[in-house]
Amino acid sequence: MSLTSALQQIAVNPIQVLAGGTDYFPALGESAVPDYLLDLTKVSELRGIRITDDGITIGATTTWTDIINAELPDFFKGLKEAAREVGSVQIQNAGTIAGNLCNASPAADGVPPLLALNASIEIASVDGFRRVPLSEFILGPRSTTLAANELVIAIHIPGLSSDARSGFYKLGSRRYLVISIVMASVTLLANDAGELCDVRIAVGACSAVAKRMTELEEVLTGQSIQSDIESLVKPEFFKELAPISDVRASAPYRTNAAYEVVIRLLRSTLAALPQHGISTGTRTWVGSAS
Amino acid sequence: MSLSNDEPTVAAAPSVNTSKASPSSSFTLNGKPITFQGGATQRLSVALREKLNSRDVKVGCNAGDCGACTVLIEGEPVCACLTAVGQVQGKVVDTLAGLKENDDVMKLLLRSFLVHGAAQCGICTPGMLVSALHLLRQTPYPTEQQVMDSLGGVLCRCTGYRKIIEAVVNATNLAEDTKSQEERHSVNSVGESFQRIDGIAKVDGSDEFGDDVCPPDALVLRLVRSPFHKAVFRFGDLNAFLERHPGIERVLSAADIPGANLFGVIPPFIDQPVFAENTARFKGEAVAAVVGEASAMASLNLSDFPIEWVEESALLDPLLALQSEDNRVHDNADKNILCHGLVQKGDVAQGLKDAHLKVRGSFSTGFIEHAYIEPEAGYANRVGETLEVFGCTQAPFMDRDSLASIMNLEPDNVRIVPTSTGGGFGSKLDISFQPFVALAAWLLKKPVRVTYSRTESMQSTTKRHPSKMDVEIAVDGEGRLTAYSFEGVFNTGAYASWGPTVANRVPVHASGPYYMPNYRAYTTGVYTHSAPAGAFRGFGVPQAAIAQESLFDELAYSLNMDRLEFRRLNALDNHQPTVTGQTFESAVGIRQCLDSLVEPWREALNDAEEFNREAQASGSALRRGVGVASGWYGCGNTSLANPSTIKAGITPEGRVILHQGAVDIGQGSNTVIAQIFSDALGVPLNQVDIESADTSITPDAGKTSASRQTFVSGNAAKLSGMALRKLLAQRAGCDSIHSLTIDAHLCTVRPVDGDAITINLSDMQINNQGYVLMAEESYDPPTKPLDENGQGIPYALYGYAAQLVTLDVDTALGLVKLGRFTAAHDVGKAINPQLVEGQIHGGIAQGIGLALMEEFIPGRTDNLHDYLIPTIGDVPPIDTVIVEVADPHGPFGAKGLGEHVLIPTAPAILNAIRHASGAVVRDLPATPDKVLAAIQQSKEIN
Repeated sequence: MSLTSALQQIAVNPIQVLAGGTDYFPALGESAVPDYLLDLTKVSELRGIRITDDGITIGATTTWTDIINAELPDFFKGLKEAAREVGSVQIQNAGTIAGNLCNASPAADGVPPLLALNASIEIASVDGFRRVPLSEFILGPRSTTLAANELVIAIHIPGLSSDARSGFYKLGSRRYLVISIVMASVTLLANDAGELCDVRIAVGACSAVAKRMTELEEVLTGQSIQSDIESLVKPEFFKELAPISDVRASAPYRTNAAYEVVIRLLRSTLAALPQHGISTGTRTWVGSAS
Repeated sequence: MSLSNDEPTVAAAPSVNTSKASPSSSFTLNGKPITFQGGATQRLSVALREKLNSRDVKVGCNAGDCGACTVLIEGEPVCACLTAVGQVQGKVVDTLAGLKENDDVMKLLLRSFLVHGAAQCGICTPGMLVSALHLLRQTPYPTEQQVMDSLGGVLCRCTGYRKIIEAVVNATNLAEDTKSQEERHSVNSVGESFQRIDGIAKVDGSDEFGDDVCPPDALVLRLVRSPFHKAVFRFGDLNAFLERHPGIERVLSAADIPGANLFGVIPPFIDQPVFAENTARFKGEAVAAVVGEASAMASLNLSDFPIEWVEESALLDPLLALQSEDNRVHDNADKNILCHGLVQKGDVAQGLKDAHLKVRGSFSTGFIEHAYIEPEAGYANRVGETLEVFGCTQAPFMDRDSLASIMNLEPDNVRIVPTSTGGGFGSKLDISFQPFVALAAWLLKKPVRVTYSRTESMQSTTKRHPSKMDVEIAVDGEGRLTAYSFEGVFNTGAYASWGPTVANRVPVHASGPYYMPNYRAYTTGVYTHSAPAGAFRGFGVPQAAIAQESLFDELAYSLNMDRLEFRRLNALDNHQPTVTGQTFESAVGIRQCLDSLVEPWREALNDAEEFNREAQASGSALRRGVGVASGWYGCGNTSLANPSTIKAGITPEGRVILHQGAVDIGQGSNTVIAQIFSDALGVPLNQVDIESADTSITPDAGKTSASRQTFVSGNAAKLSGMALRKLLAQRAGCDSIHSLTIDAHLCTVRPVDGDAITINLSDMQINNQGYVLMAEESYDPPTKPLDENGQGIPYALYGYAAQLVTLDVDTALGLVKLGRFTAAHDVGKAINPQLVEGQIHGGIAQGIGLALMEEFIPGRTDNLHDYLIPTIGDVPPIDTVIVEVADPHGPFGAKGLGEHVLIPTAPAILNAIRHASGAVVRDLPATPDKVLAAIQQSKEIN
């Protein structure tokens, strides 16, 4: 099926959309299956990862396993780590990246790493295309800006220096098949002077929608990677998160754990940054934008 | 838009809205091209099971949380329950049933699962095997970590995963089949790790569980359940509902029940209705059933069932329920009290007063869900004036008698045929689905099936009792226990179920296997508007052990004594009275269990010390700790008769048939009882054929609970074997047999004295059951009633256990990572050591869940998404120490084991957490937030 055909179908019928099914069927529970579903996994052009002239585009129905197996720049490490933490192998084989975003769970594993990659969402309808930053796409739990006649067709990630590094951490009460208590992702880039020039820190499961820790990012930007970065990370930066208390953890625990997790992620990601001043080496850029 | 050429959509939106055409889906299933006509939006799991004869694909949750339904699509493992049939159009789908025929690697895996004892109940096994195959295709010699990463999406509740890991790691280089199969020709099978005799069906997907056996034309039943913890209700126009829904045959409610709308497990406390009348007392309680043709039921939306609800104020907190004057769960239960239990001896008040040192603490645990991977399922059929019920159960004769009462039939007119049971752990002792399908099949005179959804299973079947316990313990100057006081409130939910058993068992066991001169344990069972709490592996004893063993560490710290030494000092000995005044001559095995931990304990403490020194130096937040705890458990009913009867016969063709009614719910009774029987008779195990439980062909071997089958049914099997051997001796005209062989219809008996005699079995008279020789023997453990102070002989024997665990606590996040268990269990005699290990592993896994992650909150964690049980990555290596202190009452000295295995686990973990981090967690589960809060609290104190 072509994308055009799919868009035409949802333009005339309020038909439900199915992709990996990993959120759709659990939500359906024991209710009767509908007679019709629009199966986006049949739209072949929606699956796959390609490098474009302004970054990297991940098709909407690209599965988590596709992402794990794809050859991607080092700064996709955080997204790959998140992909490995989505449910189980079974879920990773079926679940899609756009499905994870459209489901809009506060604990969606894909959101923090994609926020830390400055991802934007490519949306199509019979009326045309639009692109929305991920931070504006998810409005709240189970709520997005997607209109009934629209489909997410891809996730776009702008180009970034191949010197950038990223990481992801998911904290849960058991090893596999677990919903996060807290998760975080960071992307870091240092300039030739060894100063952090691009700092992105996202925390999930601690607010209605995962969010970037912009104040902390600003404080860290410009700091030398040789300096004591960790000491600049204060618990106060995490007060804006306003997590809930639920069966998985209390709200104060979440705030505290977010702080701890971000420190650890910064530590490991800083350690992974290329060591400037020792060897300059060559630099390649992914995409044309910097 | 055309349906035919734009096939991409699962079902294309029709341009004209009148057609409900179901486009067919064609795909390759297990190597064969097939076309499925039943609607492309259908779940693949449903299509495979219901239409494509692939019932090797199991459904445990319908939500991707358990992985039981894992199949390969284009070689990749996915959950069939999360896949629409239309999505596999043109693709290759493989399930276990096909792979075991066509794939050589799968054949190796099956063998390895069998050899390693990696399947217990077998319900998760197809999902495990299919996932493992995918791994082995890419990685023939995987590491443990790779196995865990690949199998992390499949839950198992029986095995504790360790034998599954072993089986997968070793599948491709499995040593040539061990001699175990040959040894089955030996006449000494007790003590041998034979593969389970029902093992092949468990690993090749052919085993049939509750939802696998119904006839294809069976009507389907679904239940209307209360959406509120407490609510009054009134039905609307049921006839109009039936008219609106062609294909729905009948709505059933309390008014349709011919007998008593009542069931329960303990005669004086029977209080649960099949269908609630007027008022529902817990969220998920059944109020009506709808029965109809499968297709009509599949499209039925129960939200339009005509019923009006008025929610009322519910009592959920047991302590508030005890104070409530006017709000009662049951009219006749003043202050919502179900019952009390008491055991006391000596003078506790004086003992506490005279104490050199005493400690006290309050503890609480929540509802724990059994979370077997098989939700309740089965079907019923009316055959003339006999009602037949097929499905999963732990207690076929209790089911029979309950249904007879509900249906107003004679017990002989009710036949219960247990299917394989996909895990039970206590909850499948109570009836659940049975009366609904029984009633429907009886009235409609057609077979009727039901399959509980995961949520129904979790909402409506019994749970482990939540507990609130206050304990105070005193010691003398040398660290000897002098006084012990225990008060516990156990929340039995809306109905009694096994609440009285919990209330009685806890006071008997709350001391742990220690000598206590002054003792008082008092329990209160209380009703609330929650799911009924019933039997769950240990009947309240695991909760009590958490309190007792945690405070033992506190005592040892206060005394500045080694924690293991403190336990060894106070361990119960032979000739010392238990808290009920019972003494044993020779069979108390706790000391041997504790002694066997001395060496691992020293090593673990040294290792922790070194680790923590380095962690502190490097600034790591990790701290290592070691914990130890004990447990004991009386096997069989508490001071009540609980006989087992085992029948066996020899056919004229020389087949030995064992009527083995001790339901095997995965623990291995089919194998263990047969091993005991074959040794007693004196024939090799492979000459014994089993007739499994069926109330029409096997005598009553009691329920599979209370760790009684190896002990009680084992004794009955031993007596039956001996009786048959005696009959053969009589026939041969000798006093005593040295050995015997049965070769087809010729049985050769070699007397102790004299020449061999050959009996031609085919010449002998055949009885009305087809046997030339038959024996039926019973065994009932010798017990004595408990008096008003709980003094007496509650059990003929106890089993004993002690476990040690090492773990690391991340002191900045409160995360606990388990390192290793050493589990010492006194089983008297290990009839089958591999099955013993299987029980220990599985029990530890459940103890881990109890300690660290599990809590059922009615209406909140009623799925396997929010209710977390340990995954394959959460159970560390387990070293098993099998201790054999023979009990004179046990068959070949054997004691029970099933429940003992999880009693020490949770307290050992809590003690290790405290040792590692200072965190004292007494409100379970010890989730990261609670552990971290406790660490911070301990820092404030110190």
